[in-house]
Amino acid sequence: MNEKMLCLGTIASARSGDKGNHANVAVIARCDLGYQYLEKVLTIERVADFFNTLEMGKVERFLLPKLGSLNFLLHDALAGGASRSLRIDTQGKLLGTAILELQLPAPENLAKMRTCKY
Amino acid sequence: MTVRIANAAGFWGDWTLAPQQLLSRETVDFLSLEYLAELTLSIMARQREKNANYGYARDFIDVVHQIIPELQNQSSLKIVTNAGGLNPPSCAVALGQLLRECGLGSIPIGVVTGDDLLERTGSLTDSTWPHFDTHSPLGDRAAKTVSANAYLGARPIYEALQQGSRIVITGRVADASLTVGPAMYHYNWDWEDWDRLAAASVAGHLIECGAQVTGGYRTDWRGAPLGRIGYPIVEIAGDGQFTVTKPEGSDGAVSRQSVIEQIVYEIGDPSAYMTPDVIVDFTTLEVAAIGNDRVAVRNAHGKPRPEALKVSLAYADGFMASGQLLVYGKDCIVKARIVADLIAERLRQEGVDLGSFHVELLGAGDGVPGMVPPPDGLREVMLRISATATDRDPLEAFARQFAPLITNGPAGLAGYAQGRPVVRKIYSYWPTTISRDALTPQVSVQTADDWAAAEAI
Repeated sequence: MNEKMLCLGTIASARSGDKGNHANVAVIARCDLGYQYLEKVLTIERVADFFNTLEMGKVERFLLPKLGSLNFLLHDALAGGASRSLRIDTQGKLLGTAILELQLPAPENLAKMRTCKY
Repeated sequence: MTVRIANAAGFWGDWTLAPQQLLSRETVDFLSLEYLAELTLSIMARQREKNANYGYARDFIDVVHQIIPELQNQSSLKIVTNAGGLNPPSCAVALGQLLRECGLGSIPIGVVTGDDLLERTGSLTDSTWPHFDTHSPLGDRAAKTVSANAYLGARPIYEALQQGSRIVITGRVADASLTVGPAMYHYNWDWEDWDRLAAASVAGHLIECGAQVTGGYRTDWRGAPLGRIGYPIVEIAGDGQFTVTKPEGSDGAVSRQSVIEQIVYEIGDPSAYMTPDVIVDFTTLEVAAIGNDRVAVRNAHGKPRPEALKVSLAYADGFMASGQLLVYGKDCIVKARIVADLIAERLRQEGVDLGSFHVELLGAGDGVPGMVPPPDGLREVMLRISATATDRDPLEAFARQFAPLITNGPAGLAGYAQGRPVVRKIYSYWPTTISRDALTPQVSVQTADDWAAAEAI
């Protein structure tokens, strides 16, 4: 891995699920430092680009600073959703695990961010 | 003093040992059992078509059978469940018969109905039942509708408890309302006390998926053994603050991270989480670990409940089938694609017209389509092909294409023993809304003996 990059999974956990044909992917920072950083760099554009092969509609981002969390709503990302998607992952259950591999530019306080906890 | 509410089923098909394991380790005031996902009711509709006495989660009857000793010994234990599905009265009859046989015929069972709108969809016009997101009218899908149910709230559950029910069986209610109803019954909060309604709704949201808040499905899943995972318990205080925990000595974990992961599970705008009881703001919540497997949740805020209720509607929308073959060898990726092409070519020879044909190479990166390229040196891959069609016959032809490849396809294929792919109906999901005033939830409370006798009439 590039030294100047940071893998999202080293500073956050994630969980995903379905809402009809939309998927939600929530990212939960492991400390305030991480959250503040993610609020800046984990943009709608980055997440939309990361999941661009899902052929989805718009992406919305919602912030929960008190919970160190960012919630992404991926519109029409599930190829029909639980009832009629032909994908193995009809409900977007894998997207949370997938997003943890998203690469971000490494922040200056990376060492501190890696070990800090709530 | 708190009210202790546990949940030991997060969907129809969840671990059937969970309720008994939970009650063998803990005393709770309420056990909730949640069985209805978005499309569960459409599956129940098919079962009810075949037999008018079906259409509910029969697992629930088996579960109660397992916990008869706890029902006998824990006199304050009450059960609240949406196992009634499309047919709560039939569920109550089956439960009544079981309890009567077990000498518990005096237990009062409350049944909540009034969520089922299917009979009303027959008289619909094109302009009604607009899709929740796209606002398109239901149109000619109305004639193909197999189930249509409004999400009722906590009020009828509360009333069933007020009328003395020890077990409450509902059809479609909001999942969180299975917790809100008992909390309202215990505390008698005002029905416009939005913050307390919000707090109970958050508690319900946290436990409605069972073990997803106690160590299941979490990123840090290696952090605790999962074999005897404990299902969740919330302890709600009179001011609405609550603690999430799990049975003493059970596996799994309740941590700040596991709780937050579940708060943000399957939500859209966290500042306006809609339920029939209240609109909840998740952004003000404060979550803190306060002990071993104990996490406190505070500062819930709510806004007045929405006037419209969500309706979950499903309509028949053609058929689908899905087949798999393991493809082995250094050339497995290329070979898998050739096999998929072979199946498509032979269907063309038969003149079979499929609506869609979808190929996945599982193990080669197709779990999330297109995200990672197939790795070099792969020796085997699971070829999965899925198809849809308007009618059943083209898919039966599709399902017949897999077995012949044993003898007339490439070397290095396995997995035929699983049998021919099964063709099944598609029920498409159509979320919509209905005015609260258009519904009249009904509550009926009788003893198990009386419910058991009801069938004979």
